[in-house]
Amino acid sequence: MAERRHRILVAKAGLDGHDRGAKIIARALRDGGFEVIYTGLHQTPEMIAETAVQEDVDGIGLSILSGAHMTLFPQLLKELEKRGAGEVVVFGGGIVPDSDIEELKKMGVKAVFTPGESTEKIVEWVRANVADAV
Amino acid sequence: MAIVRAVSAVGIKEDSELTSPSCGEAGASLLSGIEVNAQYSAGDLDGPGEGPGEYPFTRGIHRDMYRGRTWTMRQFAGFGSARDTNRRFHYLLAQGQQGLSTAFDMPTLMGYDPDSPRSLGEVGREGVSVATIDDLELLFEGIDLGAVTTSMTVNCTAPILLAMYVALADRRGVPRARLGGTLQNDMLKEFIAQKEWISPPAPSMRLVTDVIEFCSNELPRWNPVSISGYHIREAGATAVQELAFTLADGIGYVQAAVDRGLDPEVFGPRLSFFFNVHNDFLQEIAKIRAARRMWASIMRDRFGVSSDRACLMRTHAQTSGVSLTAQQPLNNVARVALQALAAVLAGVQSLHTNSLDETLALPSEEAATVALRTQQIIAEETGVAATVDPFGGSYAMEAMTDAMESEANAIIERIDQAGGILAAVEAGYPQQEIAESAWKFQKAMERGEYVTVGVNAYSDESAGSPVEILSLGSEVEKSQVERVIATRASRDASRAASALAELGQAARSDRNMMPPMVEAVDACCSIGEISDIFRREFGVYKDPAWT
Repeated sequence: MAERRHRILVAKAGLDGHDRGAKIIARALRDGGFEVIYTGLHQTPEMIAETAVQEDVDGIGLSILSGAHMTLFPQLLKELEKRGAGEVVVFGGGIVPDSDIEELKKMGVKAVFTPGESTEKIVEWVRANVADAV
Repeated sequence: MAIVRAVSAVGIKEDSELTSPSCGEAGASLLSGIEVNAQYSAGDLDGPGEGPGEYPFTRGIHRDMYRGRTWTMRQFAGFGSARDTNRRFHYLLAQGQQGLSTAFDMPTLMGYDPDSPRSLGEVGREGVSVATIDDLELLFEGIDLGAVTTSMTVNCTAPILLAMYVALADRRGVPRARLGGTLQNDMLKEFIAQKEWISPPAPSMRLVTDVIEFCSNELPRWNPVSISGYHIREAGATAVQELAFTLADGIGYVQAAVDRGLDPEVFGPRLSFFFNVHNDFLQEIAKIRAARRMWASIMRDRFGVSSDRACLMRTHAQTSGVSLTAQQPLNNVARVALQALAAVLAGVQSLHTNSLDETLALPSEEAATVALRTQQIIAEETGVAATVDPFGGSYAMEAMTDAMESEANAIIERIDQAGGILAAVEAGYPQQEIAESAWKFQKAMERGEYVTVGVNAYSDESAGSPVEILSLGSEVEKSQVERVIATRASRDASRAASALAELGQAARSDRNMMPPMVEAVDACCSIGEISDIFRREFGVYKDPAWT
């Protein structure tokens, strides 16, 4: 981490307003030494991908609690690909059933964290899979 | 007590930058924000209190409480298409339920039609999809609008949904005066916590006030706003913050209506509340007792009402969704039962109990039934409903009620000094206080200072999730898209266009927007089209993204 502060985009996609988790993750990652950009609520996958490119982020943490994860994650991956940013590490969190997590991983989502996960573990994962990998 | 003592003993003092004055001092319980003593005695009491059903209603709004009538078990329901939910409504009514409670999907709640690109993947998912009066007609098919009461959990599009309900009643020849129900319509708490909005706070307040005024004149049996602490608490607030911000929101609405020239003696009795019931058993009861007492004095002393009816706080309650765990989900049945018991001991008027599986997915039918049975067990088996406010006079309960009141009043005073709740919300004060509490709680939990059974204590990695998960397909989205397109194609186009134009004019004037809104929905204008008028005339609120 010494040479460069890695940038993470914490994003809220879709129409729901559950931002408690996203804000906590944003703060935990910032405390963990990352540079964090939070999109705010009600973003479309296009808007998130656009911000990711403009801000040149290394990873995107997408928070979804509306049940629309099987629509929004693939859209985000597609929008990133379209912009030549397919290498950005996409992970996520929310109320996502195990069977959907498996499918999302096959699509290219690197990890999905569910309720009860500690921020410490998530920060560690990001360090190992975004910071060290980039 | 063990849990509370564990929190108190370690305190939150050691990390000084995490200490916020709104959370009380180091000995305060993490969840509630008040200090909890190991024991209480007569010295902690302020003197003998009033009886139940007497001003300021600390002990409840009725003298005989549930002996007269038990609380309303009002389970929130809605999914898929209007027809799906209509079937569920008929089932619930057949089971003896008298009140309906409608959950709408996110596009309906946020003002997008099913065929908007913003709605993709969300139609019918978290509730029922309603785009036009055609959907509402189907939703209430075979249900007598003059006989049931309907609760509609909707906020920034609340005026549109109410307009549809009124227009539907008009079409069926049901007199408006007979319509009974509740509209959540609490925009302040949207900016504070739930974050479903279209336009900025000031025009949003104008719409809330339009609804209060319209109901005051036309719908005497309708509750125009349900002042909600529930979402504030779920977003991470302590009990004290929930209490303070909710009552501050209430003050904001009453003030706005009074400024409009409305009489609080008339609309006051139609204001209703909605609180969260979290894990801190005694303190949650104290919170609701304090809320009643504080509201009574706010109405009498601040707004000068004299009738008891306008002073008493009627409240709905719901068990805490955020307290439930994905790990060992069957434990949630115990949590919900204890929280529901606290709500009943606090004397609430209606109650929703959460389903054990809701941290995993939308509730399955079996889980939803267990939730309802939990209330029935409390009502029919435990005997607690026979005695009003059984904790009244308890040293501990009275002292905790006093502590809730004084801590919350300190926050309300700060909001008054900041120029009122609208100014405070625009400045982000409650939002940031809540985020701070949520962060503090998360860290305390990770340090093991707050125990959640099955998560940071007594965890069992080998225990799989034994519950069945409800999953929804995408057929509903497809058919809802087709429906709204068909409605737009078949309506009287020139009537719809002029109704929308008229509504835009009303938005730019200081006229009440409800009468032209009723005409617009009756002309089959959609949620999305009307919300576009809000967006155009009032602007779009962008999340300040405070972290």
